[in-house]
Amino acid sequence: MTINYILQQLVNGLALGSIYALLAIGLTMVYGILRLINFAHGDLMMLGAYVSSIFISATVVPILLAVLIPTLLIAVMGLIVERTAYKPLRGAPEVAMLITSLGVSRLIQNSTVLALSPQPRAFSLPGDLTKTVNVGGIRFTQLDVLTFLLVIVLMVLLTLYINRSKTGMAMRASSENLQAARLIGINVNWAIGAAFVLGSALAGTAGFLWASRYGIIDPFMGFLPGVKAFVAAVIGGIGSIRGAVVGGVLLGVAEIGFVGFLPPEFSGYRDAFVFSLLLIVLLVRPNGLFGASEVERA
Amino acid sequence: MKSTIARKTVVLLGGLVLLVVLLGVADATLNNYYLRILQLIGIYIVLTASLNLTNGFTGDFSLGHAAFMAIGGYTSALLTMPLAARALQLAELPVWFQEFVSPFPLATVLGGILAALVALPVGLVVLRLRGHYLAVATLGLLIIVKSIASNWEPVTRGARGLSGLNAETNLWWAFGWAVITIFVVWRMVHSPFGRSMIAVRDDSVAAASRGVHVFRIRLVAFIMSAFFGGVGGALLAHQLTAITPPTYSFDLTFLIVIMLVIGGSGSVTGSVIGAIIMTILPVILRDLERRFELPGVSQIIIAAALIAFMIFRRQGLMGNRELHPSTWFMKKPATPASVDAPQQ
Repeated sequence: MTINYILQQLVNGLALGSIYALLAIGLTMVYGILRLINFAHGDLMMLGAYVSSIFISATVVPILLAVLIPTLLIAVMGLIVERTAYKPLRGAPEVAMLITSLGVSRLIQNSTVLALSPQPRAFSLPGDLTKTVNVGGIRFTQLDVLTFLLVIVLMVLLTLYINRSKTGMAMRASSENLQAARLIGINVNWAIGAAFVLGSALAGTAGFLWASRYGIIDPFMGFLPGVKAFVAAVIGGIGSIRGAVVGGVLLGVAEIGFVGFLPPEFSGYRDAFVFSLLLIVLLVRPNGLFGASEVERA
Repeated sequence: MKSTIARKTVVLLGGLVLLVVLLGVADATLNNYYLRILQLIGIYIVLTASLNLTNGFTGDFSLGHAAFMAIGGYTSALLTMPLAARALQLAELPVWFQEFVSPFPLATVLGGILAALVALPVGLVVLRLRGHYLAVATLGLLIIVKSIASNWEPVTRGARGLSGLNAETNLWWAFGWAVITIFVVWRMVHSPFGRSMIAVRDDSVAAASRGVHVFRIRLVAFIMSAFFGGVGGALLAHQLTAITPPTYSFDLTFLIVIMLVIGGSGSVTGSVIGAIIMTILPVILRDLERRFELPGVSQIIIAAALIAFMIFRRQGLMGNRELHPSTWFMKKPATPASVDAPQQ
């Protein structure tokens, strides 16, 4: 095991972790305000991948569109889901919202099956992006570089928006205390809508990145990454955007490390490893790295 | 009061006799296709009624029922597998095990017991969590169990699974276990223990302050639920006669959750109704789906129905109420002696 191998695994882990981070941000924003695990979040990512594949197959279109259009479309999609399925449930017990989001997840998956096909299809990037660059023995693809750049840019933009804009302030207030925010005249539905739009947009981008990374897409590809991204959000401390990013990156690096550094017969257990990690975090540090504690009251 | 109890017993026994007669008629007249659907109804009643203990009555929303089913399914399959199939599939296991073939009823019970034994340490860990965290942790349990089933080659044969089991599950076993499950769950819920469960669900802080041992109640409910989950998994394995990791997928957990929710979590008879509806409906829908070649439509309809239920009738068909057949034939209906659970 050379230092190069370790660095190589780190690069791979960071690439996967960046995608988890993008997904985790959307989950953590929504959970922060609504106390809802949006199980359909990963399926929005899947839709993003499919939308993106339309533009990838028509190779004339610049790659930028293949990222931008799914991002915008999925943002709208997220808002539609919120307004039709989740909005009628304001004030309902959290279990009702949880079940609804499972239903929405199913609905999206099977609508894709109906509209297209249950069969996986190839998602091949134009040659340039998958070309590897060798820097001091570590192989990067241009896609890896694009992933890092994209994630960093989006993160900076999002942080600025949440910290500086009026909507961002409304979102932070709603996340801190929904009732109080409503009382002081904040339009919480607007804030919730914004959280869904922003989160879903990132899921759309993540769809492009995930599909490019694995080269294959199918209607059920989103569920597990979505749940894993929630694990990442929990590790970072649910409700915290910084936590979601750190948690996503940590989870990606840990998962790749688990596969890369243990004997190959363990690699089948990588999903089990992720959820064992979740259990450990929940038991040792239930509020994650950056989360605020919640006290159960009568 | 005494006559009410006597009447209840009569109605109960009458109902059982009626069930036996109906099953006998069905067994003699229906073809295999319909018999299998009926068996599935029995199995799903076991699973839904047992999931109701945690998700409905104690308020611990678990997504891990299929994990316990897998444990029960694999355990019983290993125990009952015929010797010929064993020599081919389990050559790596110790010799004493290769020669021990358990009868099906024992294997079913042992499958349930092993699921319950696993539920004890798991419950000690995951039941520190509540709400969404518990849901995701139990979903994690399902994924962990599935990973083990997919990778523990010498015992589970990985993705190839175990096959060549005898088709032991028939109407009598399926509905026998359904009756046992309903009986046990009903007695649990309508006991001081059950009142504690409901108190924990409705307000755990208040329950604790009135001396309810909250954690113990939740743990016992979780373990009991796991036991019947294991039994249901064993029944399912011996209906399919083969068992592979995808059998016990998230889809299965989700289906049982839908049954519970549509029937009304918090109602034992609701579980039965939910299990019946949601076993038959997908069969009909899948049939239509094949006829019109519209893949995915059955799942779309079910998912949309679930969302509509959550929006318009959150408490499910039955809510917290129960059907009381013993009161149907009385001249003056008495107030149902249901558990005085407040509406959620």
